[in-house]
Amino acid sequence: MTKRQKRMVAVAGLILGLGVAAALGFTAFRKNMMYFYTPTDLVGHSLPANAKVRVGGLVVTGSVQRGDDLDVAFTLADCEHSVPVRYHGILPDLFREGQGIVATGRIDAQGDFVADEVLAKHDENYMPPELQEALTTADGKHSCAPFKSVMGS
Amino acid sequence: MWTWFHRLASPPSFYRLAERLAPWLGLGAVVLLAFGWFYGLVYAPADYQQKDAFRIIYVHVPAAAVSLSLYSAMAIAGVIVVIWRIKLAECVVVSIAPVGASMTAIALVTGMLWGKPMWGAYWVWDARLTSELVLLFLYLGVIGLHEAFDDARAAARACSLLAIVGSINVPIVKFSVEWWNSLHQGSTIFKMGKASISPDMALPLYAALAGTFLFCAYAVLRRIQNELLWRERGTSWAKEHLSAVTVH
Repeated sequence: MTKRQKRMVAVAGLILGLGVAAALGFTAFRKNMMYFYTPTDLVGHSLPANAKVRVGGLVVTGSVQRGDDLDVAFTLADCEHSVPVRYHGILPDLFREGQGIVATGRIDAQGDFVADEVLAKHDENYMPPELQEALTTADGKHSCAPFKSVMGS
Repeated sequence: MWTWFHRLASPPSFYRLAERLAPWLGLGAVVLLAFGWFYGLVYAPADYQQKDAFRIIYVHVPAAAVSLSLYSAMAIAGVIVVIWRIKLAECVVVSIAPVGASMTAIALVTGMLWGKPMWGAYWVWDARLTSELVLLFLYLGVIGLHEAFDDARAAARACSLLAIVGSINVPIVKFSVEWWNSLHQGSTIFKMGKASISPDMALPLYAALAGTFLFCAYAVLRRIQNELLWRERGTSWAKEHLSAVTVH
């Protein structure tokens, strides 16, 4: 082999090795790379007491109840399961029924999720309001597809 | 074919080619960006859920797309440097890094300004945001490494290796929103199937994208010219060129 061919082999080996290392690493740490769990993950698995978790899902249509002050209660669902959520604080502007959100908080004794931060997770669709009204029904606005179960797969 | 290729890669002929090409790229960038940004900010309809706030897409998405493309180009040039030791490719690697770093920084900053009103937070450590931040550090690493060497050729070889190693981050940034749960939404236009953006909003986005690509091509070409002149400052073609330039 000439020097140049040796360098070719070295570069190919470097890229291949990096690829394999990255693939192995990310397979091993797949759950740690997830930004949030889904309600399905919470239903099937018990969490350590007072463990802080993030849960992502859609705000179930008709479930939002506003209490005194800044109290709000709603149900968060992915495609299969739902979890009741309580929150005290300012919600993002995009928060509404049918909207995707990611809540950070803890599960309390009654099995409710008590959130101390609620962020909106909007989808990748952009369209003018007229088009959106023509396209969708009252509760079919957003897809639950981005909320993939972490534990399930 | 190879002789043609070698002639093109020789510093004086590439310098002349860039000199002819650059003004057109710059002109194209100005026209496309003016059209895309004006149309996007003034005529495109407001979004159904984000209202006018979505318009930052016309800066954010082009900057983010270019930040990944430039890194890929830098890594490919890096492979050419390591294997074939072509001087022009060395100039390409060191010329792309600052432009790529700037675009990555723009993507991150516009993303933060967009995230606060829409998501409710400037920054979250999800896979997309974190990997794009890593991309910025990789670019800064290449720039820093280049400054750390006295010998230009040794510097370019070290930078090339770092660029190649860091290229593993490119697919991670790209597919982070598909592989893992993230707060960042999925791709709107760079995906299989139909783009999920209405035509009225998409047209200025494509114009802004093309304009940003042309601007970066322009900026990189001009940097390469500079780098070539500096490296070849002792040679007759560079001296000839520099003596023709009047200093005011």
